[in-house]
Amino acid sequence: MATLNINGRNMSVDAAGDSPLLWAIREQLQMTGTKFGCGAGLCGACTVHVNGEAVRSCQTAISDVVGKKITTIEGLSAKGDHPLQKAWIAEQVPQCGYCQSGQIMQAAALLSKNMNPTREEIVAHMDGNLCRCMTYSRIQKAILRAASDMRTASNAATERRPT
Amino acid sequence: MNSHVKITEVQPADLSRRSFLVGTAATGLVLGYSAISGADSALAAAPSNFEPSVWYSIAPDGIVTVTCGKADMGQHVASTMAQIVCEELGANWKDMRVLLATNDPKFNDPVLGAQITGGSWSTMMNFDAMSRAGAAGRIALVEAAGAIMGLPPYFKDEMVVRDSVVAHPKSKKQVTFAEIVKSGKATKTFTPDELKAIKLKTSDQYTLIGVSVPQLDIPDKTRGAAKYGIDTMLPGMVYGKIVTPPVRYGATVKTVDESEAKKVPGFIKTITLDDKTGTTTGWVVAVANTYANARKAADALKITYDGGPNAKLSSESLLTEAKRLQALDDSGQFFVKDGDTKAALASAAKVMEAEYTTNINIHCPMEPMNATAEFKGDILHVYSGNQFPTRSGAIAAGAAGIDPKFVVLHQTWLGGGFGRRLDADMMVPAVQAAKAVGKPVKVIFSRENDMTMDFSRPLTYQKVKAGLDSDGRLIALDHDVVSAWPTKRWGIPDFLSPSVDKKGPLDAFTVNGADFFYTVPNHNVRAILNEMAHNATPSGQLRSVAPGWTFWAVESMVDELAHSVGKDPAQYRIDMLDGRGGNAGGAQRLRNTLLAAMGLAGYGTKQLPKGEGMGVACVSSQERATASWTACVAHVAVAPSGEVKVKKLTVATDVGTQVNPDGIQAQVSGAALWGLSLALYEKATLKDGGIEQTNFDTYRPLRMSQMPEVAVNVIANGERATGVGEPAVTVVAPAIGNAIFNAVGARVRSLPITAEAVKAAMKA
Repeated sequence: MATLNINGRNMSVDAAGDSPLLWAIREQLQMTGTKFGCGAGLCGACTVHVNGEAVRSCQTAISDVVGKKITTIEGLSAKGDHPLQKAWIAEQVPQCGYCQSGQIMQAAALLSKNMNPTREEIVAHMDGNLCRCMTYSRIQKAILRAASDMRTASNAATERRPT
Repeated sequence: MNSHVKITEVQPADLSRRSFLVGTAATGLVLGYSAISGADSALAAAPSNFEPSVWYSIAPDGIVTVTCGKADMGQHVASTMAQIVCEELGANWKDMRVLLATNDPKFNDPVLGAQITGGSWSTMMNFDAMSRAGAAGRIALVEAAGAIMGLPPYFKDEMVVRDSVVAHPKSKKQVTFAEIVKSGKATKTFTPDELKAIKLKTSDQYTLIGVSVPQLDIPDKTRGAAKYGIDTMLPGMVYGKIVTPPVRYGATVKTVDESEAKKVPGFIKTITLDDKTGTTTGWVVAVANTYANARKAADALKITYDGGPNAKLSSESLLTEAKRLQALDDSGQFFVKDGDTKAALASAAKVMEAEYTTNINIHCPMEPMNATAEFKGDILHVYSGNQFPTRSGAIAAGAAGIDPKFVVLHQTWLGGGFGRRLDADMMVPAVQAAKAVGKPVKVIFSRENDMTMDFSRPLTYQKVKAGLDSDGRLIALDHDVVSAWPTKRWGIPDFLSPSVDKKGPLDAFTVNGADFFYTVPNHNVRAILNEMAHNATPSGQLRSVAPGWTFWAVESMVDELAHSVGKDPAQYRIDMLDGRGGNAGGAQRLRNTLLAAMGLAGYGTKQLPKGEGMGVACVSSQERATASWTACVAHVAVAPSGEVKVKKLTVATDVGTQVNPDGIQAQVSGAALWGLSLALYEKATLKDGGIEQTNFDTYRPLRMSQMPEVAVNVIANGERATGVGEPAVTVVAPAIGNAIFNAVGARVRSLPITAEAVKAAMKA
């Protein structure tokens, strides 16, 4: 029995410490937004955040994340309205959609550190996330759109701040 | 193989090519699915709903829910069906919702008479039925609105229906769909003849067809809320993990030692599959309380196999066998036999021959194969995203040993399909495990299971022999296509086509595309079954199917011919697209599409640096009767090492009528990148009877960093709507091959194209 902090809540899972975080999230806690793709860290479908870093949950043992802050696609925003999620709809990114939770989580880790990424930085950061429908071009556009929206919001917040 | 699976045909169905050509509404190929009480509880209309058609209902709150009988694997077909209904119904797009159908035959494709999604057929074959369903609803709502407004029936022609409101402008009265449904006055029903008699909108009256409305499935897919087969959760469910043999097909299990597996906590049982449908061979499934434990138990099993008759075969053996078969005069059956190629070749001024090959390719959709099975009373419920419920239900039934009418398939969103989910192998272990343990079982393939047990695109070998007259014109073409026959494997005779030489049915889904629209007076196409490949690598339909290899050969060869007589390859094609005889109409559309792509790419007008080149190709994929006219100009840069970088793909496609332009852009762009991925990056090989590639490190679909610029240009000229999911796949590989030749003079004839092959051809 391990206690995990997922999306701000403590949840207990009945699984061996060496078993992958992915299956605990998906099958025990039934938060199915995080997807299984390859089981080998090669496709990125299972990407979640651990203490803000994008990690492959299929390659992460439960014992390694006890006491850390885990975020899944379900917890990325309260109402599914993270700038990336809004941009994903605006650019009509998903086709089958199966990889897109992982794509969004991977992109969110980038934008949390760099709100003004170049196209090259986006490619370098996203290249480990496969999309078999090949929606790459729209993923790029959506990340650039979300980054721009975040900068606008951030500037507006700065301007409103009393001097 | 599966030929002994009995599919009950309640009424004879004609699913041959001919039925697509004339568009007959086949209603057969029913699995005898009886109206099972409660099976459709999710779909059962509340008594107060208005159901003008099997395809949708309108609730008292005005929400219109369209039931989609097609598998939605990312092509947004559910949304497209809703959009076609919405156009004629006059609803507000914001009021539209979609639901995925079960395998109840009432949701069968109105043209195909079965539930199957493939061939880029869905929009074309459902456009009319969805339009009529929508229009019928509008007529009924208008009639009811008149009654509510107290207007006599003949005022119906003065009504305006828009945004879910029926208005009578003259009397300034209006009533919403919600109010009409609540009133209970919408009761008009339509006979099939009345439906047929409805006058549909003409394209100039469209307000929604041709508009890029937001796809209905997308918001949930940005929140992790869309449910795929793998997300199925049933009370009391346990998990199965399969162990598959080292040989793709034909192995049998000799012994299973489960002593170590029994030590895994939560372990329940090991089941060696007894698959009388022949879909799987030598599979074992380990069942445990959690998936993590099922994996551990599966890994702990010690299994010995008899490798069976295919255990020593390799890609090389399949290719050698293909060459042997092609060399025999009496191999195969004729798909095309026009004129007399033998005489024409004998008298030709010039004869050229070439061999084209493609390696094995794997679908590997991002969602690995999975299925969840549950027996409830007499009924077997299977939850799995599937492209061919009509057949898959029969396979599930065969695995359970019950009548297919007692199987209910619950459709989900598909985490990629690409033809892989036409098959039902994933259901077999779930069904047999659920039966053995008496609980619902979810089986999830590992990626390794998924890749090594794929119903792959077969290894293909094509030999093309061409004769030119003294003016360099193509006057004779012998085209032999040797491959496994994916559609024959289904065991449904109606999906095979009669051969021209009356030597029995052939699998047209291995030669489609070879019956091109060029005018070639003497033309033979021979379809040759490679039985060895058919048995060792049971093949499937992989996005774009036969045109993915036939056009590789045809469009490469045409290019070679043009160069050999010193003509511009694009002009050479245009000259042959003269639209004579049976090619009338199609040839001209293809010519126009090619010209559009050339113009957009700057073909022949741009000065390119050394080592760069542009190449063209044009195709009538998928089939002559269902073609979307598609052309590509590929712009490549080739390094002295032979390494190919694709700088830009310019694709033009004539789809007749666009339902959702943005959706079409997405499909065509994705298809073109699939074409690129197959052309340069994806290769599977058979060794010792097994597929060698097991995960994305060795089987490598295109990644973001490999993506070139893709320009998609859609021609919508008002002709009937055609499909867009596949055709652009088929045009890219030959365009790239031809561009490489223009860049560095190297001709490559095998897919995928490797740097080594290009370098070798540069030296030659």
